Amino acid sequence: MAVIRDIALQGFQMLLVLLLAPLLTGFVRKVKARLLRRQGPPLLQPYRDLNRLLRKEVVLADNASWLFRVIPYFVFATTWIAASLIPTFRSGLLFSWSADLIAIIALLGSARFFQVLAGLDVGTSFGGIGSSREVMIASLAEPAMLMIVFSLALIAGSTQLSTMSAFMNSPEVGLRVSLGLGLIALTIVAIAENARIPVDNPATHLELTMVHEAMVLEYSGRHLALIELSAALKLLLYISLITCLFAPWGISSAAVDATSLLTGVAAYLVKLAAGGSLLAVFETVIAKMRVFRVPGFLGAALMLALLATLLRFVSRSF
Amino acid sequence: MVASALYCIAALVGLATIAIALGASARGRVVVYGASLIVTLILFAIALSCLLGHPNSPTVILPLGLPWLGAHFRIDALAAFFLLVVNLGGAAASLFALGYGRHEHSPQRVLPFYPAYLAAMNLVVMADDAFSFLVSWEFMSLTSWALVIANHEVHENLRAGFIYLLMASFGTLALLLSFGLLAGADGNYAFDAIRTSEPAGVVAALVFILAIVGTGSKAGLIPLHAWLPLAHPAAPSHVSALMSGVMTKVAVYGFLRIVFDLLGTPDWWWSIVVLTVGGITAAMGVLYALMQRDLKRVLAYSTIENIGIIFAALGLALAFKTEGLAWAAALALTAGLFHVFNHSLFKSLLFFGAGTVLNATGTRDMEKLGGLIHRMPQTAVVFLVGCVAISALPPLNGFVSEWLTFQAILQSPQLPSWGLKLIVPAVGALLALSAALAAACFVRAFGFAFLGRPRTPEAVGAQETDTSSLAAMYFVATLCLIAGIIPGIFIDALGPVVQTLVGGRMPVQTGVDWMSIVPIAESRSSYNGLLVFLFMIASGAISAFAIHRLASDKLRRGPAWGCGYPDSSTMTQYTADSFAQPIRRVFGTVVFGARETGEMPPPGATKPARLTVELRDLIWDALYRPIATGVNFAAEHLNHLQFLTIRNYLSLVFAALVLLLLVQAIWP
Repeated sequence: MAVIRDIALQGFQMLLVLLLAPLLTGFVRKVKARLLRRQGPPLLQPYRDLNRLLRKEVVLADNASWLFRVIPYFVFATTWIAASLIPTFRSGLLFSWSADLIAIIALLGSARFFQVLAGLDVGTSFGGIGSSREVMIASLAEPAMLMIVFSLALIAGSTQLSTMSAFMNSPEVGLRVSLGLGLIALTIVAIAENARIPVDNPATHLELTMVHEAMVLEYSGRHLALIELSAALKLLLYISLITCLFAPWGISSAAVDATSLLTGVAAYLVKLAAGGSLLAVFETVIAKMRVFRVPGFLGAALMLALLATLLRFVSRSF
Repeated sequence: MVASALYCIAALVGLATIAIALGASARGRVVVYGASLIVTLILFAIALSCLLGHPNSPTVILPLGLPWLGAHFRIDALAAFFLLVVNLGGAAASLFALGYGRHEHSPQRVLPFYPAYLAAMNLVVMADDAFSFLVSWEFMSLTSWALVIANHEVHENLRAGFIYLLMASFGTLALLLSFGLLAGADGNYAFDAIRTSEPAGVVAALVFILAIVGTGSKAGLIPLHAWLPLAHPAAPSHVSALMSGVMTKVAVYGFLRIVFDLLGTPDWWWSIVVLTVGGITAAMGVLYALMQRDLKRVLAYSTIENIGIIFAALGLALAFKTEGLAWAAALALTAGLFHVFNHSLFKSLLFFGAGTVLNATGTRDMEKLGGLIHRMPQTAVVFLVGCVAISALPPLNGFVSEWLTFQAILQSPQLPSWGLKLIVPAVGALLALSAALAAACFVRAFGFAFLGRPRTPEAVGAQETDTSSLAAMYFVATLCLIAGIIPGIFIDALGPVVQTLVGGRMPVQTGVDWMSIVPIAESRSSYNGLLVFLFMIASGAISAFAIHRLASDKLRRGPAWGCGYPDSSTMTQYTADSFAQPIRRVFGTVVFGARETGEMPPPGATKPARLTVELRDLIWDALYRPIATGVNFAAEHLNHLQFLTIRNYLSLVFAALVLLLLVQAIWP
């Protein structure tokens, strides 16, 4: 009985992240539009877009290889798994131990590895420039992320997200300098990883500074739908990650009863809305950076995270 | 066990002499590589049974070498593990060479040395006294040197061979002095005797420094790496695979044997040296790799990176061992040894792939390749597996050893020493950086060799390789997958090795539910490659099935979109150099002193615009060039000593005698 319940909860988490992801993207777009005094697209527009793309035929470049066709499924599967392993409404789910935070980061790394390869497959300049810049951003964002994981893992004494989240919810944690540094660094990394302003602009298609959109330019139809869905899932994943570590309130852990689960889901929705609104506000008030200012931006994240880790090594009280 | 292993090695040496007789005939290739394959497989079986069964076999003493010593050979757990690595790599390379060797244009220069080289690496690992160790080590250097210059018509290869020979002699010299100090004044060269006499203070420090210089020069630690990216690509590809995948591991073995086994209690600063050198080597190695165009040279530099990762893990193990944290030392050492095994697999695989590409297109220059995934689909698959594995991405094996290394780093706040507290996080950051850059490097290697449109007619005419080469590559790729999804059994197999070196071992993994790996406790960290792999397959397959059934499965081919400006010429594609340009801009100015100068003709002029990129190897400039200049200077100025009269020579001899006697008199 307990096993069936656990499987059901894990399955619910998988469905929840999958269904909420486009809504979150739509929500961020809506809030951004309202902040600009525009009406904005309806909240459910991303679902309609996905539906339309899924039904369209794929137009594939003549020299695209089999890899190009497999990659969208791979990227989607990897991102989906990574998102399902993050505690959202409940921690300690059935398979939460199968990959710790380092492995989750590496899973996203796998997804990116293949997405960059897809950018190179057709052999157009847009794909090349997008891939090349994505790799440059990743080469700084990934170590920064790992250093953030190190500093948090040293505070919580674990790299298991469920344990970390539970620790962050306990009174032991207190206010720490390294936590503050980690939060700033993690936010910077999340913005860069999700190709948001000021690193990249998710709303343009024809601009030389674009990164992610240039890389996926050759995709169409169901392949594009999967890529877009993966991008939405990734945004959801990062907001869930930040909230489960820095705002772990309301996540149900031990007891399985209707109230704690419902509170968990409700708290998660509130957190997503708050995270999405903050992102929209941030994107509205800041201007897009030149590509070669990005290393400085990400370098700051790397240094902050390294500092946070060093502080933890120097003294347990930071 | 030892005796049968020695018979096998004797067979390999015998095979080398037979190969001389067979010469360049086509049968020679089949005989030599076929027999090497069989013998290395037998040796592999012996090593495996030693590792899993009874590691401590008795020493066999042969009446060779020094008359009062004899040649000692023994297989303990450490030797068994490295024998396994050597012979697994050897077997894969022999299988690959069965087909690949067909393209060798002067096989008589390769065939005799190949089995001898395999024999030498086996002997180094089995040697149980300093004299046989050094002789086998030098034999290994010389046979590999002969293989490096096998294709001697290319001037570059001769230069590579020359630099390799110099560095190899330098390394052997350092090891010779190291063992000399270890053996002490009475010259007890047997490892058993060395273990009982524990050197202390300055002597131990000198032995340590000489050991890291001697083995590090063979392994490719920066700044002793200069020969490696020249020599490894110059050899035939199956030998490159052996040199990069296996011989560097034999060097790691030498380091472990001296520092962890023979030298006794480590001093506090040793681990700092190893960690720093390892971290810097990892980051610099991969940055160099990113700047190369030559596919095999990319792989050689990435070997340097991986050796850096291995040494960083070993340094961590040394630090924990010094502080008496045996369980943490066991974790770090297991990570390092597992990476040794993993790197020997995927680096061999990648060199096989590069060799296949070289044969099919006649070039190693990535800017002249492209689109090979259509023409060599099978090679593309296995090469991709190698790229994913070496980029430390789940679910393959590179990630597991990297993950274990990170877990070991997370245990290091328990170290009391302040120096280590500051060094370890920095090394952690360097390792994280090198992992991210390695992914960039191998995206570039695969993306520009196999994807895109073919850039030259040679790339258009490429054809898939033969079955035995493919079989070797598939075999290694499968092993990469297996080690990635069920790493527990590999970690358990390393248990006895780790136990003998640091006096502790990681908890047994095979009993853990679902075949996860749990280094310390499940509440702290766990990883399950098998489940992650199955999840990936399942969710990918389910989504593909659902979309094809429920939404649309229609597909139309058309010209590339490219925002409405598709490039008609294949030469206007993105190049590997321009792909690396952002990274060169971020890191290169500091690391390589990179300078870019653009030359724009004035409006209306018909001259082409030109972009010049200048990269400098700062280590070569700062370390090797002064030495070379110094040697030239000395040679020039000592030259006139050759033209003295007999009286002058006699007085020189007399002066030397007086000097030596004075030294003898003054020395306490």
